[in-house]
Amino acid sequence: MLGQTLREVSAALKQGQITPTELCQKCLSLIKKTKFLNAYITVSEEVALKQAEESEKRYKNGQSLGDLDGIPIAVKDNFSTSGIETTCASNMLKGYVPPYNATVVQKLLDQGALLMGKTNLDEFAMGSGSTDGVFGPVKNPWSYSKQYREKRKQNPHSESGDSDWLITGGSSGGSAAAVSAFTCYAALGSDTGGSTRNPAAHCGLVGFKPSYGLVSRHGLIPLVNSMDVPGILTRCVDDAAMVLGVLAGHDPKDSTTVHDPINKPLVLSSLADVSKLCIGIPKEYLVPELSSEIQSLWSRAADLFESEGAKVIEVSLPHTSYSIVCYHVLCTSEVASNMARFDGLQYGHRCDIDVSTEAMYAATRREGFNDVVRGRILSGNFFLLKENYENYFVKAQKVRRLIANDFVNAFNSGVDVLLTPTTLSEAVPYLEFIKEDNRTRSAQDDIFTQAVNMAGLPAVSIPIALSNQGLPIGLQFIGRAFYDQQLLTVAKWFEKQVQFPVIQLQELMDDCSAILENEKLASVSLKQ
Amino acid sequence: MAAPMLRWGCRGRRWALAWVDGGSCHRRGAPTGSTSNRIRGQSSLAQQPLRTAQKPRKGEHKWAAVVGLEIHAQISSNSKLFSGSQVRFSAPPNSLVSFFDASLPGTLPVLNRRCVEAAVMTGLALNCHINKKSLFDRKHYFYADLPAGYQITQQRLPIAVNGSLTYGISAGKERGQVIPKTVRVKQIQLEQDSGKSLHDDLRSQTLVDLNRAGVGLLEVVLEPDLSCGEEAATAVRELQLILQALGTSQANMADYEIQRQISELENGGEILNETRSFHEKLGCTVSMRDKEAKQDYRFMPEPNLPPLLLYDATSLPTDADPQQVINIDQIREMLPELPSVTRERLVQQYGMLPEHSFTLLNEVGLLEFFQNVIKETRAEPKKVTSWVLNIFLGYLKQENLAVSESPVTPSALAELLDLLDSRTISSSAAKQVFEELWKREGKTPGQIVSEKQLELMQDRGALEQFCYSVMKDHPQVVMDVKKGNPRAINKLIGLVRKATLNRADPAVIKEILEKQLSL
Repeated sequence: MLGQTLREVSAALKQGQITPTELCQKCLSLIKKTKFLNAYITVSEEVALKQAEESEKRYKNGQSLGDLDGIPIAVKDNFSTSGIETTCASNMLKGYVPPYNATVVQKLLDQGALLMGKTNLDEFAMGSGSTDGVFGPVKNPWSYSKQYREKRKQNPHSESGDSDWLITGGSSGGSAAAVSAFTCYAALGSDTGGSTRNPAAHCGLVGFKPSYGLVSRHGLIPLVNSMDVPGILTRCVDDAAMVLGVLAGHDPKDSTTVHDPINKPLVLSSLADVSKLCIGIPKEYLVPELSSEIQSLWSRAADLFESEGAKVIEVSLPHTSYSIVCYHVLCTSEVASNMARFDGLQYGHRCDIDVSTEAMYAATRREGFNDVVRGRILSGNFFLLKENYENYFVKAQKVRRLIANDFVNAFNSGVDVLLTPTTLSEAVPYLEFIKEDNRTRSAQDDIFTQAVNMAGLPAVSIPIALSNQGLPIGLQFIGRAFYDQQLLTVAKWFEKQVQFPVIQLQELMDDCSAILENEKLASVSLKQ
Repeated sequence: MAAPMLRWGCRGRRWALAWVDGGSCHRRGAPTGSTSNRIRGQSSLAQQPLRTAQKPRKGEHKWAAVVGLEIHAQISSNSKLFSGSQVRFSAPPNSLVSFFDASLPGTLPVLNRRCVEAAVMTGLALNCHINKKSLFDRKHYFYADLPAGYQITQQRLPIAVNGSLTYGISAGKERGQVIPKTVRVKQIQLEQDSGKSLHDDLRSQTLVDLNRAGVGLLEVVLEPDLSCGEEAATAVRELQLILQALGTSQANMADYEIQRQISELENGGEILNETRSFHEKLGCTVSMRDKEAKQDYRFMPEPNLPPLLLYDATSLPTDADPQQVINIDQIREMLPELPSVTRERLVQQYGMLPEHSFTLLNEVGLLEFFQNVIKETRAEPKKVTSWVLNIFLGYLKQENLAVSESPVTPSALAELLDLLDSRTISSSAAKQVFEELWKREGKTPGQIVSEKQLELMQDRGALEQFCYSVMKDHPQVVMDVKKGNPRAINKLIGLVRKATLNRADPAVIKEILEKQLSL
């Protein structure tokens, strides 16, 4: 039951094969078992059980609210949840309990979904590993999968034990791990430069970033307002579409959401043939750093489309190489601005220093933010200085326009969907990952994903196959703005062709000793 | 205590000096000596365009003040600029604060339609070009009553630009003459107000009240076309009247606030004094602008608000939802009569001096009072004007009362003027009645007149008798009259009036006396 997709378990609930409370308890027990993954910052057990009870009543009375009624979900801890602590994995917001729900959270709850908890992330979603939060790093469930372990046994050089567990990618790593480890059926991530797609690729999930303006950001604690979108992590494309159908639409509380809603409920048709499709392969995405394995899977995917009758053409997105630098300037500038509100006055952390308001601000912010956040605030403020604004911010905005135009030109040349890698490589071990600093890592890991955010386009990472090491690899599809449904329809066809294997975690779950050992490690890493 | 609603931005006042021809600054002498030295720095820093392009010849000019102003007027709206919180004064502290106003993370601004309409209306009334597309920006600074760490304003592309404000200065030698002046309006921008910090020195604490945080303001930026404090004060007063006429802002400063600001403006030295103290402390010239330049506001586009698009009759999309769009032409049609037009009408309709029309508008409620009196009385408009502006306003000023607090109603004054007009009472008796009315004893003018026996004597025979007696008792004065002393008859008139206890009409007395003296 736990390994099923959202659609499958939804049918099971409707048929009475399982009750919401039973389902909720199974997930809660699995959350406890997989605590060592550090996927959740807060487990909202009581809330979830109460919601399950209410859902159960509705099912009994034949008043189910729809496909999501009784379905366990998880929400990244940068979405405001009324009455439930929302930390952004930062000391700054430890203990902060929002008095309101983010619109997307409210929409899920209105559909009867069960909120299992708030998932781990990089502090304020600044990172690509889910390693830089104040609650410690998230572990990739695939580290403990049968598929990965068996491959490792075959490799004489691999070390034994748990010390080389893998990162989930990020920053929505907690949400990815939660869905991947079967503790819930869908999770909300946020996606500013790839934060949903990147961990989806590393954890073998569907990671969908909707068009900017399709889904409300109200209540999402912002990283970069002009690029943030709530992301959806699920086990299959249909599930993502189902959740999108619930979330999409204008929100009077978010002026950047569009008025024309997509058709709802969003049900994807099954493409019988792809002969009318044109798939674009951006040549600039073939970079030397791309792992040969992913490169070959990418080209096999293109071949697959071509062999099924689709037109596959090479396209150029000529400004791609400027994208990551441009992203850095715009991102840090907005970060500098968005973080200004965290001054210790109204909410969140406040230091003990009270000699003056200014001294209080300074100490509060020094104590509240980690180095990554402080570093971005510093560089962002530098770019916004009067003397630098034209040379950095305005220039970056112009480059952003060029990058967006690259995509427009590609689509205008007849391309329906672009096909690219999601990441340079499969998930790497934590110890490997932390050899580079956050900034370097983010610049590398967001390389294929952040341009999409600058252009506001919909994109989805689909798991295609396991690597030689037994780890998931994802490819990214990028669509025209607000052609989210078309994009997901193509992704669904692709998903069906590739038949990505389900993660095999059963042995691990049953192996109590392994869990105990891991829990010890988790607590060690928390103190770091 | 209600906060003053039209406030000067603390950072907003822009003073600068420019070389102008010696005679350009009317009224006040130019600063001299060391003062000008101190201000020179401001002039170069402020970089204001010079009003006079001629190159002055050496030794032929003086320093003259050039004043540019930024005026923040609170928009009359039930809710805040970007949130649904109520706008209300003297509410308990922090009782009108939405999640957005407190800048809870994740909250987003939603623009208030009413505030946009108010800005467009004000822009039209100030002859501005209304930008069909305007943008919002973030202006950053850390302050306890600015919870987001930035203020949302319109720095790059404001809603209205390039307008003008015409005001009048009563500076002519002839009585009642008003010289029209114009100051250019650089721009009008929509922006958020901040909260209020209350410093408790005793406990060395700062308490913050966010009721005001996020309230919509119109920032009206005037070009430095004003040459002295009086001009600045008059221009601001005119702007205040326009905003009140439009209903876009109540702009009702408390009286003391107006007085404080006018005297501050008229005494340019006060601003300079601030600079001076700074100067003494540091031992060098440090201008206000210099101090301000250290604050870099790190302006950035507000990413959560799409560009504000406005339409006119030609650009309005046919399928547009009227609730979602603003039509400039429609707002233009709804513009009420502006103060300048009202004054023109008063001069035309009632034949009053331009100066009087200014006074009528300058006092809150006075025009309405005047018009109500006019409506109810048979007396001549000139008489009404004179009574309202001299007597009525004089009493108000003396007791520092607003028109709305007056003990005398328009009806009572109208009745009084009717009595005067019908010659039932003399004008001195009328003043006596007015004084009685002011005592708030609830009596009508008619009652007062009859109680105090103030009616003019209508009995001609009795009056002839009084005249006869006076002439008999003052033969010397009668002789003087007969000798041709023109002033002597006035003395007789006065004596008769005194004998009648001021109840006789001097004109009638004069007529009788002349007849009896056979002049």
